[in-house]
Amino acid sequence: MMRFDRLSSPGRTRRISFLFEGEPVEAQDGDTVATALLAAGAGATRSTPASGSARGAYCLMGVCFECLVEIDGVPNRQGCMVPVAEGMSVRRQRGAAGVAEDM
Amino acid sequence: MTAVRDLLIVGAGAAGLSAAAEARELGLDALVLDEQPEPGGQVYRSAARVAERRPADLAFLGADYARGAELVAAATGVERRQGATVWQIGPAGRDGSREVLWSEAGTARRVLARTILVASGAMERPVPVPGWTLPGVTTVGALQVALKQSGIYPAGRVVIAGSGPLPLLLAEQLRAARVPVAAILDTTPSGRTAKALPLLPAAALAAPDTLRKGLALLKARDRSGVPVWRHVRDVRAETGPDGALAEVRFRTASGDEETIAADLLALHEGVVPNPQLTRLVGAEHRWHEAQRCFHLVTDPWGETSAAGVYVGGDGGGILGARAAEASGRLAVLSAASRLGHLAETARDFRAAPWQSRLRGERALRRLLDVLYPAPDWIAEPADEAIVCRCEEITAGELRKVAGHAAGPNQAKAYLRCGMGPCQGRLCGLTVTEMIAKARGTTPAETGYYRIRAPIKPVTLDEIASLDSEGAA
Repeated sequence: MMRFDRLSSPGRTRRISFLFEGEPVEAQDGDTVATALLAAGAGATRSTPASGSARGAYCLMGVCFECLVEIDGVPNRQGCMVPVAEGMSVRRQRGAAGVAEDM
Repeated sequence: MTAVRDLLIVGAGAAGLSAAAEARELGLDALVLDEQPEPGGQVYRSAARVAERRPADLAFLGADYARGAELVAAATGVERRQGATVWQIGPAGRDGSREVLWSEAGTARRVLARTILVASGAMERPVPVPGWTLPGVTTVGALQVALKQSGIYPAGRVVIAGSGPLPLLLAEQLRAARVPVAAILDTTPSGRTAKALPLLPAAALAAPDTLRKGLALLKARDRSGVPVWRHVRDVRAETGPDGALAEVRFRTASGDEETIAADLLALHEGVVPNPQLTRLVGAEHRWHEAQRCFHLVTDPWGETSAAGVYVGGDGGGILGARAAEASGRLAVLSAASRLGHLAETARDFRAAPWQSRLRGERALRRLLDVLYPAPDWIAEPADEAIVCRCEEITAGELRKVAGHAAGPNQAKAYLRCGMGPCQGRLCGLTVTEMIAKARGTTPAETGYYRIRAPIKPVTLDEIASLDSEGAA
């Protein structure tokens, strides 16, 4: 699976730790969820509702919706638009997001 | 009572930030809403933060990129909200103002504005080749975003396939980062240099520095030792046993089939306006043959056919970031004059240097449009290629109905293409071109998807929160 490396030493950038599929992942302050997952070599981060095929980030700028993930229990979040935060819990989005049962 | 803003600016890229600076200088009550976490748009993405916190990366990304930090600084003093996604611009009320709705941190908000500048920029043209939906296939721009946002670059075997200045820039950046680029597949059709030659003098006169940089990038690419294939066609991404990208196949200029093992394929066939907001307000668009996309019909100041709604930057037509600074400023000058904040003579005086810059950038763009045209195959995807990524509609399926679809909206009704979360952004132009081809008509005649609010998915919770929320 594709790996991404950091260009240089972190400079004055803080390290952040978040969870992906329950496992701790290192990121840097300023990363979005999508770039943090690329840096972590997460590979495919969702499967499609139509056929269940695997997808990963494509445009990273908010137009393609391929980087949809579940963040802190909320499905359908665009990973490339959300800054990663300490302790955040990110999960792959599998197929269509369900409707919460307590509604 | 809801206060009415003089000017609402949507987008904080080159156009939006320059517009905000102009608004502050003219004393307008302006608000900037930008959906990204940080200002800068795509060209200057994260530039202010990189300048402050990652100086080594700033040096790597270059002097042109550092301009973004200056633009952010110049816009200081104007209220700007990041992470604010505009999803509705309403019709003009009796006083001419419009209601704008956006979401921010899970809550919907509203504002009334007398004038609106849509500066929501461009996106990369959809490149519907077989396998472009595989994990490991991205746009060239996405890799630029990764570099700017997070200072990360792909460490495996990269193949760059495409045409235009952006793949050249990426190739140079990856060379500087010592990434082993496996191949550069230049999809520019043959004979373009000769065609572009007559346009060179005007472009060289108008933008000598940009041209010099472009030539340097070309030279660097050709001397880098990376295999460069020219006039490549029929690019396709093939999957490995893990379901991700494994190799890239293509046809060479002499017609041979080649295969290259790859961990990442970056595609790019130029950029096109992101049309959602301008379509939403019903502004008139016009097919631009040279750029092979729809442009906005505007007056010389950027006002669209929707009264009081301006477009600035590449959202109106592709001219680049330097031009975006100019068109953003010009729109605000016109809006200020319209609102009675600025006499026409003062408007024209302030406008002159920006109009001159715009003329120069247009001369440069005419050259680039001929040098790097969108290839014809973009409108003729292979049957198995997915056209609508969200609903997974293939070119073959679309081809079956294209001949008797009155237009993109009917194709949508037949197939659900354009009905997924991206709302047609990644298939709209392909669907228009394929229907035009099947019916023997033009893209202009065929038109585009009807775009309705909300232009980004919003939860019912957010919409319900509008009633209890105050206005900004």
